[in-house]
Amino acid sequence: MAYSDKVLDHYNNPRNVGSFDKSAENVGTGMVGAPECGDVMKLQIKVNDASGIIEDAKFKTFGCGSAIASSSLATEWLKGKTVDQALEIKNTDIVNELSLPPVKIHCSVLAEDAIKAAISDYRTKQTKRVAPQQTAEQTVA
Amino acid sequence: MKTPIYLDNHATTPMDPRVLDAMVPYFTQYFGNSASRNHEFGWIAEQAVDKARKQIADLIGASPREIIFTSGATESDNLAIKGVAEMYAEKGNHIITAATEHKAVLDTCKKLEKNGYRVTYLPVKGDGLIDLDMLRESITDKTILVTIMYANNEIGVLQPVAEIGKICRERGVLFHTDGVQAIGKVPVDVNRDHIDLMSITAHKLYGPKGVGALYVRRKNPRVQLTAQMDGGGHERGMRSGTLNVPGIVGLGEACAICQREMPEETKRLQYLRDKLRNKLESELDEVYLNGSWEHRLPHSLNLSFAYVEGESLLMGINDVAVSSGSACTSATLEPSYVLKALGLGDDIAHSSIRFGIGRFNTEEEIDYVADKLINVVRKLRELSPLYEMAKEGIDLSKVSWVHD
Repeated sequence: MAYSDKVLDHYNNPRNVGSFDKSAENVGTGMVGAPECGDVMKLQIKVNDASGIIEDAKFKTFGCGSAIASSSLATEWLKGKTVDQALEIKNTDIVNELSLPPVKIHCSVLAEDAIKAAISDYRTKQTKRVAPQQTAEQTVA
Repeated sequence: MKTPIYLDNHATTPMDPRVLDAMVPYFTQYFGNSASRNHEFGWIAEQAVDKARKQIADLIGASPREIIFTSGATESDNLAIKGVAEMYAEKGNHIITAATEHKAVLDTCKKLEKNGYRVTYLPVKGDGLIDLDMLRESITDKTILVTIMYANNEIGVLQPVAEIGKICRERGVLFHTDGVQAIGKVPVDVNRDHIDLMSITAHKLYGPKGVGALYVRRKNPRVQLTAQMDGGGHERGMRSGTLNVPGIVGLGEACAICQREMPEETKRLQYLRDKLRNKLESELDEVYLNGSWEHRLPHSLNLSFAYVEGESLLMGINDVAVSSGSACTSATLEPSYVLKALGLGDDIAHSSIRFGIGRFNTEEEIDYVADKLINVVRKLRELSPLYEMAKEGIDLSKVSWVHD
């Protein structure tokens, strides 16, 4: 199969490879896919507490070249966005940017899922951080 | 050294220039129809066919009259299995095969199942070999045919063909073997191995594509077949159609070269294959061999590189032609059914690469491939969340994965 130049570029020079400490409160981690399907993506965001902006993103992917490129591209796009803006990234945007063929669309879907999972993890952590205070306030009221 | 490097010799082999030289005169100069009995053009073609028939028979310990020419191994498999099933329908309707057979055998058996035949698909052990006791137990008084390949096209393991043949002979059941990967690579002898029918193709032994043969035993027992194509009654009535004389000359010459050079060639291929394996295993951790090491073709290697997906691996060695058991490109995302039959997890099956070393590969090429692969596996493992988790001591089989 022929790969697009952009897929090859991300495969040869993947952006933002690595990991953050997944227990940090300002880090959201999304891990999607399964080894038996041939694709596992781990995508992490680091959010600036004050501004609510994703200041850094990292990924690791087990999968084909298109899966690696989709997640590498996703980390590029995430940086500088607010969490709400990040949720607007659609798999079709990734398909178009990387010119993925139909058999590789699932790679872009997985990348979108990874973004959503990372944000969901981040938000769960934030709620837990806030939750004890709310309970206290409610008791007072 | 020229790239790309071809290491996919299980899929097909390049044609040996000596084979081409033998074929060339039979296209324009000696173009006769070998069935033309009343002029010299036909006689010359017939002589060439007879010579090839003997060259093929000699390589497998058969008599020339037991060689039926076909278009290739898929046709040979179809003719053998359907031909026996039809011819011996009154005797029984049961066929035994194995889960790791080539699609030409499996799909032929499935077709027969639709027509009322019963087929047993023997599982294989972790090393890729069938269990002989299970074979014995599967044979019933309705069994007419056992079809088990000589060597597997994906993992290169050699089935215990001589024992299978012996069991079949004792039980009065015909034995067909798809011999395409083994013939010309290891010594095959239809009498020693008790083979009754065997599929052969030219393009896996440095001959041309589009020509093959079926060995059909003539005595003890005399095997009969129902022809699958109607026509002029060529090839003892088993396979009609004007013979592909240049192709047959090529198949014959390819067999003769294999027979002459096999002892030398086997040593050389084995040396290169072992060097490739040793180099990869000494530089990388968690490299797994798929299939038996002991019962294996000399030029064949199938390895899984844990935590790295096969297609991304192929992308990183894009100037090397090999195959992967991963099927990321297929709509089903199912990895190789052969590797799964060995009991491999889907993840390890997705991480597999098949190497098929051939007559024209050099040591320099093998060194280049090994070095390149080591770098790519290292790079992809840096990228792999699975490798990271494994290094943290997480048991990947106990993780509950999030997927549809």
